[in-house]
Formats: sequence, C-alpha cells, structure tokens
Amino acid sequence: MNAIASPLARLRWPRFNLWHVIFWLVMLGGLYAAYTRFLHGLGAATHLSDQFPWGLWIGFDVLCGVGLAAGGFTLAAIVHIFNIERYKAILRATILTAFLGYLLVIVALLFDLGRPYRIWHALIMWNPRSVMFEVAWCVMLYTTVLALEFAPAVLERFGWQTPLRWLRAVSIPLVIAGVILSTLHQSSLGSLYLIVPHKLYPLWYSPLLPLFFFLSAMCVGFAMVVFESWHSSRAFGRQLELPLLASMARVLAVLLGVYLLLRFVDLRHRDVLGLVVVPRLETWLFWLEILLMLVPMLLLFRRTVRLSPGALYASAVMVIFGFVAHRLNVSVTGMEAGSGTSYLPKWTEVMVTLAIIALGFAVFRFVAKNFPVFPEESPRPLPAPAAGD
Amino acid sequence: MSKSKAILYDTTLCVGCRMCEQACAERWGLLYDDTIAKEEKLSEHKLTAVVTIGERFNRRLCMHCEEPTCESVCPVGALEKTALGPVVYHEDRCIGCRYCMLACPFQVPAYEWSKALPRVKKCDLCYERQQAGLQTACSEICPTNATISGDRDELIAEARRRLAENPENYYPRIYGIEEVGGTSVLILSAVPFEELGLRADLPREALPVLTWRALSLVPDIVGVGTVLLGGIWWITHRREEVAAAEGKEKKS
Repeated sequence: MNAIASPLARLRWPRFNLWHVIFWLVMLGGLYAAYTRFLHGLGAATHLSDQFPWGLWIGFDVLCGVGLAAGGFTLAAIVHIFNIERYKAILRATILTAFLGYLLVIVALLFDLGRPYRIWHALIMWNPRSVMFEVAWCVMLYTTVLALEFAPAVLERFGWQTPLRWLRAVSIPLVIAGVILSTLHQSSLGSLYLIVPHKLYPLWYSPLLPLFFFLSAMCVGFAMVVFESWHSSRAFGRQLELPLLASMARVLAVLLGVYLLLRFVDLRHRDVLGLVVVPRLETWLFWLEILLMLVPMLLLFRRTVRLSPGALYASAVMVIFGFVAHRLNVSVTGMEAGSGTSYLPKWTEVMVTLAIIALGFAVFRFVAKNFPVFPEESPRPLPAPAAGD
Repeated sequence: MSKSKAILYDTTLCVGCRMCEQACAERWGLLYDDTIAKEEKLSEHKLTAVVTIGERFNRRLCMHCEEPTCESVCPVGALEKTALGPVVYHEDRCIGCRYCMLACPFQVPAYEWSKALPRVKKCDLCYERQQAGLQTACSEICPTNATISGDRDELIAEARRRLAENPENYYPRIYGIEEVGGTSVLILSAVPFEELGLRADLPREALPVLTWRALSLVPDIVGVGTVLLGGIWWITHRREEVAAAEGKEKKS
C-alpha cells in the first residue's frame, strides 16, 4: 500500500484475508437473520410449519452440535479413566471444543425455542417422563461439567492455585459424571424420535435409535479429535500427534464396524432390509450416510492410511459427514414423507447456522491463543501471528 | 374414569355446514371469514376444521387421548390430561420447543408462527364450559347432531347402538376406542377410516411407553456406569501404584 502521507494509510488497518471477509459476511447475515427471528417470529425466519416443526436448527445445530462435541467425553474417559496418559496432549483442546460446542448448542436453542427466555423452566417444572426433560438436564449439567473440566486452563493462565487444587481433588468424579451425562445425552437425542414410529421412515426408526446415536457419537468423537488436531497443528504451527491419532483411528475403525453391522442387523430384525433397494429419495440418502461411514472404515483398517496425515484427515472428515448425514436423515429426510410435507431450510436458517459455526471457530482460536490449551512444545511460535491461518 | 367427558362425531350425519368451526372460532375469539372457512386444515386460527372428501366430510380436532403423547413429551408439563377428559395447555409453562407438535400422532397442535411470542394452539374440548356442566360449543351448535358431547362411556354405548341398529350405514368400528390407547374423541364413519384421512395404522398401545422404555433405563445407566467407570479407574491406577511400589523395591 502506498504509505505517503495519506491520512488513511497512517491508520493501522487490521490485516484482512479471505477468511476474515467470509467470517464477517457470515456474521452480518446471522445478525440480520437474528433480527428477523426475534422481531418477526419463527414464521418469518424459517420454513418450519405445523406439519414440520423441527428443522435445521434442531437437526443440525443441536443434534450434530452435541455429537461433534463427543470428542470431549471419549477422550476424557481414555485419559482419566482408562489411564492412557499419552493422549493427554490433545485432551484440553478436545474439552474446549466440547465446551464451546455445548455453548453453541444453547445459542442455537435460544434461536429455536419459541420462548427462549423460559429456557430455565425445566429446572423447576419437571416432567420426568419427557425425553426432552432429560435432554434439558443433560445439557445444563454437562455444560457445567465441561466448564469445570476446562477451568484449569483458565486458572493456570492467571496462576490461581487454590481453586486449581479443589478441581484436582474432584477431577475423577467430575470425569465420571461427564462420561455418564454424555452417554445419557447422546443416546437421549436418539430417544427423542422413539415417539414418532408413525412419522419416521423405517430405514431410520428403530427401538435402537438411542444406541445408534450413542455409538455414532463415539465414532464422531474420535473423528473430531483427528479433525481438530489436524487443524490446530496447521493453525498454530504445531507438530501433528500422528502416532496417537493413528492408534485412535484403529479404535475408530472397529467402532464404525460395530455401528454399521448393528444398523443392518437391526434392519433385518425389523423386516425392512428390502427397503435399502427401493428406488426413492430416502434410499439414496440412506446409502450416502452408510457409505460415508463404510468407506472411512475400510480405509482406516489400512496402516498406510492411518499413518498418512492427509488420508487420516480425509477419513475423519468422511466420518463427520456420515454422522451429520445420519442426524439429518433422522431429523429431516426421514420425517418428510410421514409428515406429509417437505422441508428445505430458509436462507435465514442457514445463515444462523453458519454464523454459529463461524463463532465457534473464532472463539476456539481466541481461547487457544490466549490460554494454555496445548501442552508446551519446544520453541512454540510466540507471539502467534495476528491474522491468517 | 366414567366421568371423563368426550365427543362423538358421526360423519354420516355431518352435512359440512361448518357451524362448528364458527362456534369454535367465536369461543376462542379468533377471526372467522370466508377465506378461513375454505382452509380445510388445522392452524393457529382454526382449532377445528371440516375437511371435504368427495361427498363426505370429516372433522379434525384434538383427539384428547386417554394417555396423550403431547403430555408425556412436554419437558415442562405444559400439557395436561385433566380428570374431566380434556387435554389442556398451560401457556405460562410452555418454552416453545414444539416437541408436542412433532410427537402428536394426529398432527394436531398448531403454532403461532407469525408471533414474536408464540403459543401452541389446539382444541381444549371447551374445558371451562365442561367444568360448568355445559357441552362443547361445537356440539351445542351442530344442527344435525353429528357432533354430540357427554360422558365417554355413554358415548361409546351410543356409538355401539348406532352400529348395531344400522349396520348397513356404518363401517363396523369406532375410531378412538383403541387408537394409541384410546381417545376422548370418537368417530363413526360409513367408509373405512383411512378414506376419511384418518390414520388407521396407529398402534393400540399408547405411544408414551416407547420413550419410557428408554427413559426408565436412566437410573440403571447412572448406577452401572458409575460403578463400571470407577472400577476401571481403580484398576488402571492400581497397576500404576504396583509398578511404582515395585520400582522402589528394586532400587532399595
């Protein structure tokens, strides 16, 4: 830029790159969508209807958001319960993702609930027969647990020793509570759909929905750890913990196998296996979802794939997409025919979702830069560059 | 149980005059005009709707299930099956999650989509009129007695009497006796129910049991999970202790 005496040039402009531009455009769009949603109601901001009351915000932001945060409980159990210490290096980043994931799920809920200011009602107005009641309590309790699990990073940063000692004293009960709450929560998101046997397409409706949601959440938990490690290593110039991730990928491959096998065993037991060849939209999207889990499973059984950062990353991304496809199939695709309607999100719905994702990335970046999220590594590039990935 | 109120709607007597729609709108203070009359579906401004199927009519309204799905799924207990029969909505509790709308097997609850602070809208079987011993607004106005209200037991007996006396006029079943555990709205028809757009594929057992089977496992998961995880932690860290102790012995 020409720096001679132009008053504009003397100002210190923040350095923009393409990602910044996209980020602020998305945030702007999200802001407009929020304005529409909160001033003119759900009808103006969404394509939801009486026939189709749950759309993208529940199907993606909540169902997938919670699932993508599953790395938190999976890794916490591995490190603290199974005592496999070597994974500690990536634990904090995973806990942070899970914590942010849950906070963003709550943000999404505030958009989706018709009366968001009453979100606390489940605290005092109980209905233990409701799956949604269980979901509400799990979200509240597990978000608290995640906050406490991540708190040491903040406390270390400011050197507050006393609360740190307290947290260490309760760390094991906290981890156990976290794993159990996650188990309950991941599965109960599947249980939500047990009540709609008359609406959900038989390729997805199963009494085993809670189990499938739990297993696929564990799969995506591992995939998210790979995904996050890969991105963090690039963004922060860190070494990729390849041996760790490779051995984790073995577990992921086995889990995917169990999950896929159970899916088909379940179809056979419910006598609907024939539906997998019926030519209709549901079938194609079913196979998309299955293949996005099957292909990475086959890949990850190969040593060369597990030890190649690129291939490992690609497999993890496929699992993540497969997981998202399953959640959207249950919540949108599978519900359309039974509801006698079709649903495509309005652009404002998409905008809110994108803004929430963008916010997640930005906050993660900020926290990872300013708090001890990653273990100290021999010469860590400090200070981190102001902009750019 | 015998005191439980209900509606019997005999589609063979219905002439599609829509006076029930009008009386219902009046009772709720909702706008009712020709345009709305032509909308043959339930919505925030139409809590009952007469649907034309060829030469026949079918009236849609909340079925007031004996074991309501909506009541079981509501996280904050905003829907309640009263002892009197009506399923009522406690607006001040509702958080707007719309799970009731998703779960209702009859796709009844409607939402005020255009409002910034929306409510769920559905028929409440004229709860306060029933409490005062009056019949519902729709049955009071019905000129052909296609809709009548009364005690559920008596209405079932009345329906059975009609089926027995004029079997040639009726499809030989009463809709609402068994569907999802029974409903407080009973329907008679000349043709199979699905021809009137009623779901004939619903299970006889009330739906809440489906989620309850999973929910009732929660205490087990908490109990077994805690012991299992605690145990694994104890075992894995015990190994460490042993290893540390052995290491010390060798050194000394």
